[in-house]
Amino acid sequence: MENEFFKNRLNITRRHFFGQAAAGIGGLALGSLLVPELFKGDASAQSLPLGVAHFAPKAKRVIYLCQNGAPSQYESFDYKPMLNKMAGQDLPDSIRGTQRLTGMTASQDKFPLVGSYYNFKQHGKSGTYISEIFPHIGSIADDICVIRTMSTDAINHDPALTFLQTGAQVGNRPSMGAWMSYGLGSENKNLPAFCVLLSRGRGNGQGVYSKLWTNGFLDSTHQGVVFSSSEDPILYLNDSDGIDKAGRRRMLDQLAELNHEGFAENKDPEVEAKVQQYEMAYRMQTAVPELTDLSKEPDHIIKMYGPECLVPGTYAANVLLARKLSESGVRFVQIYHQGWDSHGNLPQEMAMQAQDVDRSSAALITDLKQRGLLDETLVIWGGEFGRTNYCQGKYTVDNYGRDHHPRAYSIFMAGGGVKAGTVYGETDELGYNVVKDPVHIHDFHATVQHLMGINHEQLTYKHLGRRYRLTDIAGNVLPGLIA
Amino acid sequence: MTLLSKRFGFLLLLAIGSIFAYSRCSDTQAQETAMPDVIDFNYHIRPILSDRCFKCHGPDANKRKAGLRLDTPEGAYAAFKDNPSMHAIVPGHPESSDAFQRLITKDTSLRMPTMSSHLTVTPHEIDLIEKWIKQGAVYKPHWAFIKPAKAELPTADEDWVRNPIDYFVYAKMVEKSLKPSPEASKEQLLKRVCLDLTGLPPTLEMQDRFLQDNSPQAYEKIINELISSKHYGEKMSIQWLDLARYADSHGYQDDGLRTMWPWRDWVIHAFNSNYSYAKFVTWQLAGDLMPRPSKEMLLATGFNRNHKITQEGGVIDEEYRVEYVNDRTNTFSKSFLALTFECARCHDHKYDPISQKDYYSTYAFFNQVPEKGLFGTIDASFADPPNMSISTKDVQSILKFIHKKDTATVDVMVMADSSKHRPTYVLSRGNYDMPGPEVGFGLPKSILPFTPAKYSQNRLGLARWVVDPANPLTSRVFVNRMWAQFFGRGIVKTVGDFGMQGELPTHPELLDWLAVDFQSHGWNIKRLVKQIVLSATYQQASTVSSASLKVDPENIYLSRMSRIRIPAEQIRDQVLASAGILNKEIGGPSVKTYQPKGLWEVATSGRGSLMNYIQDHNQDLYRRGMYVFIKRTVPPPTMLIFDASNRDQCEVQRGRTNTPLQALVMMNDPHVLESSRVLASQFSREKGSLEEKLTRAFRRIVCRAPKEKELAMLKKYYEAEQASCVQNPKKVQKLMKIGEYKQDKASVTGSTAAMMLTIQLIYNLEEAIMRV
Repeated sequence: MENEFFKNRLNITRRHFFGQAAAGIGGLALGSLLVPELFKGDASAQSLPLGVAHFAPKAKRVIYLCQNGAPSQYESFDYKPMLNKMAGQDLPDSIRGTQRLTGMTASQDKFPLVGSYYNFKQHGKSGTYISEIFPHIGSIADDICVIRTMSTDAINHDPALTFLQTGAQVGNRPSMGAWMSYGLGSENKNLPAFCVLLSRGRGNGQGVYSKLWTNGFLDSTHQGVVFSSSEDPILYLNDSDGIDKAGRRRMLDQLAELNHEGFAENKDPEVEAKVQQYEMAYRMQTAVPELTDLSKEPDHIIKMYGPECLVPGTYAANVLLARKLSESGVRFVQIYHQGWDSHGNLPQEMAMQAQDVDRSSAALITDLKQRGLLDETLVIWGGEFGRTNYCQGKYTVDNYGRDHHPRAYSIFMAGGGVKAGTVYGETDELGYNVVKDPVHIHDFHATVQHLMGINHEQLTYKHLGRRYRLTDIAGNVLPGLIA
Repeated sequence: MTLLSKRFGFLLLLAIGSIFAYSRCSDTQAQETAMPDVIDFNYHIRPILSDRCFKCHGPDANKRKAGLRLDTPEGAYAAFKDNPSMHAIVPGHPESSDAFQRLITKDTSLRMPTMSSHLTVTPHEIDLIEKWIKQGAVYKPHWAFIKPAKAELPTADEDWVRNPIDYFVYAKMVEKSLKPSPEASKEQLLKRVCLDLTGLPPTLEMQDRFLQDNSPQAYEKIINELISSKHYGEKMSIQWLDLARYADSHGYQDDGLRTMWPWRDWVIHAFNSNYSYAKFVTWQLAGDLMPRPSKEMLLATGFNRNHKITQEGGVIDEEYRVEYVNDRTNTFSKSFLALTFECARCHDHKYDPISQKDYYSTYAFFNQVPEKGLFGTIDASFADPPNMSISTKDVQSILKFIHKKDTATVDVMVMADSSKHRPTYVLSRGNYDMPGPEVGFGLPKSILPFTPAKYSQNRLGLARWVVDPANPLTSRVFVNRMWAQFFGRGIVKTVGDFGMQGELPTHPELLDWLAVDFQSHGWNIKRLVKQIVLSATYQQASTVSSASLKVDPENIYLSRMSRIRIPAEQIRDQVLASAGILNKEIGGPSVKTYQPKGLWEVATSGRGSLMNYIQDHNQDLYRRGMYVFIKRTVPPPTMLIFDASNRDQCEVQRGRTNTPLQALVMMNDPHVLESSRVLASQFSREKGSLEEKLTRAFRRIVCRAPKEKELAMLKKYYEAEQASCVQNPKKVQKLMKIGEYKQDKASVTGSTAAMMLTIQLIYNLEEAIMRV
């Protein structure tokens, strides 16, 4: 009874497919079967298999700019002048309540409040407050929706990132992107549905781990495929020295012939699948390098993303690549950018980090908008938790650090059916607690899936007796975020 | 799954999935739509009730709706509290069984399952339930919780059967109007047993020897040879390492080095020494608590320390300590009992009779370790206490199976119990900081009561309980997992779930026969393995006949042998071994072989000794796949691409996908190219015609002689490549540069390069990495 929802649909499609289309199957290029659009002519839209949403989606694709390490909300999107006024005073117990602390500050005897080192200013028609170290994001304030009331259950990086990406702290559950790949399939026959891009900033880093983009118990076909900035954008993509394109083609032709000869003996239908996988690999060998080559991007694009986008492996280069992948139909592009873990030296580290990501993050949104793709592409920017309103370590006017804070933090989203030019949720004067419109990680997942046309309670997978879903047993779609 | 689905499986899946289309058997067993004469609760009804009803009307008392439970007859027959004239189920009377009426009512506000559950019951299932009620609504205990017993062997074709396994398999085939396939060819059979018993392909010498041996004992002789080979233990260990989540790093974000490999060497040793399963299990669970434990017993307990350990500064110590105890508890239940205890961590199990109290009573056994959640940040330790040190003297005397490479002592994490008992509490919603009532040691009584008079109140008692012949699960679970290793699918398909939500055994009598037989013959693993590979069932040809494809696309009824793509580690072994460059050393520290540049560097936090990937050289490059270093946060890419476990948590069943990324690995992984080069160079020094050389290459890799047509194709390809290579010496130079294996300068010629390309082509054949 695995996944009856899709199975039912699949059965119907099977009947449809083999009933009406079987005659033409030999002549159809296999690859084209990958494109869900192929099925769109079907009058019974309800009967379509994975690859089609539960209901009309607002967004078709996601680009997730994960700011790994947890950027401070106080120096970015949650403007708290009261903290500056009360700087140096102890955080009142009444505010902290029962919040547990990490081992890094639990033994501090004082929790001196600290305000932002940077100024804030209001932007756009929406008047959204954004810190001065993010001027480009400020300039697109009317295109984004700032959420100031994200909250999570974990207070350390590994479990919090794992929770953010997979809906559970324990690890080995499918990542958001894997769920999207499983539920919606791919739009491009030559590219994975779920791609991952990694970069490192100049601040304190915390590493990334493959469990963040794991397929978990789903088939490994849904695992995030890491694109690297090395010569091989996908592992083992390039043919070895001394093997040219024509040679590879000869080899594949001979291979197919030999495999078919094997089939004559073993009659295993899997053999043909194998032949097709080799053909797909061959197509990827051409398609992927064309796509990852950023050198042919026009000047105005380079200018928009900043010159760093021509340096492979930088955040800016990855963001530009993310746009290209997404534009080519990749369902879910996941970026991780390290370096936001400012336990000390925050003013300096945060400024460097902002400098590295500000321009290109904003450029992505503008670029998508100019291409008419923003409406169908959901962009998410943010980390795994927030930072404390009190200082970690010694507090001086121009140097301080902030510890991890799970109760309230800020992210922003854009495009893909999100209410643009808005600020969602409110924290208290000291930014410590949510006072209005909380967004728990489960709610965030439910809402993102909703925007993609997925009912988060319905996209389930039965594994070892239990139906799992990204939102575990919780999560509410938040209409206030949706345009 | 429909009949069409297997044949066109790959097309459909291409259509529905990502481009990483794959082909895999369906996840449900063949649905039978015929109405049986007698409805059996275990086989027909419980699967429906469990899947669609138990979540709200099952074992979880806290979440039970309307006070109704349908998992017990008492609950189902009882009068409703608020309306004593009504009953959920009235045996013999569907018309007055409210539960049944609620299934068929047209009123959607009353209909079960509720709309919000997104679950439905099919008309066929409703008919089954109706008939079951009419026949008296008889409940039966869950099959897996009843002690197995040996059934009489059914009748079968005496000419075909070779041992008891075959009687049961034959009977099922007859039931499905299937016939056994002919016996596999000798070539096929030899490749099959070699891969299954040692993970290595047969050498040419073995092939010749076996083909020439026409004695009736030829096959058994080979089996005896393989089963006593030191590589048998390696092959058997891989599944155990997955289940034990063995790895070479700690696993959380900074992911420092750990030295658990001596424990891995012990596992290989235990399989090679044919330790009984009872001893194997007891030592791993409780070696430290045995009377006067030896160092070897102590080492075996490393099993329970293989879980991930955090080194992230600032974590709350107790939160992680609790996580480790949970990991042990979950691993215990999944590997020894094939049950999902973890579902009862936060609440009573929704489907199986495992209460939250049961969970924490089991957890209590693993909660006595004198350990810390955070012992220290990265590189504080390669083996957090409790641990043991292994000295050179140990390795020379009592722990001879450990392949220590230098004179330094190695520390390995092992188990111990604190001198002071640590009380265990039910943790509310599983939270480490929300203790509820205190619990003692215990295990779910539905499996086997953990009576204090019979078992000591510690892990040793737990181990005794596991291997108690009265335990209905242990033997079945192990036998089933072994079966799956040879047939590609368990008799119970869900090898990790024997609970209510698991699949039913396809050959229940066979499973029970094997389980009882295994247990009553001293849990003798080699004996079990021999029994399997000597069966006629195992020795069938794997050709997929159109009849079996039509009736049984998934080969549930075993009227042929399944073709199985070999596991990740073995693909590497197969390539290196057939080229003759495999380093057959057993055990020792894991090795870092060729890996694309930058994978560790881009993911690291910038701390610790595993920040940069420092590749090994020389003979270390050619070790078996199981020795490839596993850094959990960045597992070796080719292993993951071929579905190996990431060793994050206990895993009892790997997927078997078929993706373009796999094709890229086979085409461009330096190991494949290097092996092709070395073999080609060797051929250039050997005598023989082109045909002879191509035949030799083919036989080494595919393990059978090529057909005439195949040979002609290889020759044609070789000649074309030769023509192209001879004209382009630069290309030859580049091509043959690959890999660190010493280059025989004289062999860098156009002809050798063409041979190299031809060998690489053979490595890429579908059949090259198939267990046929």
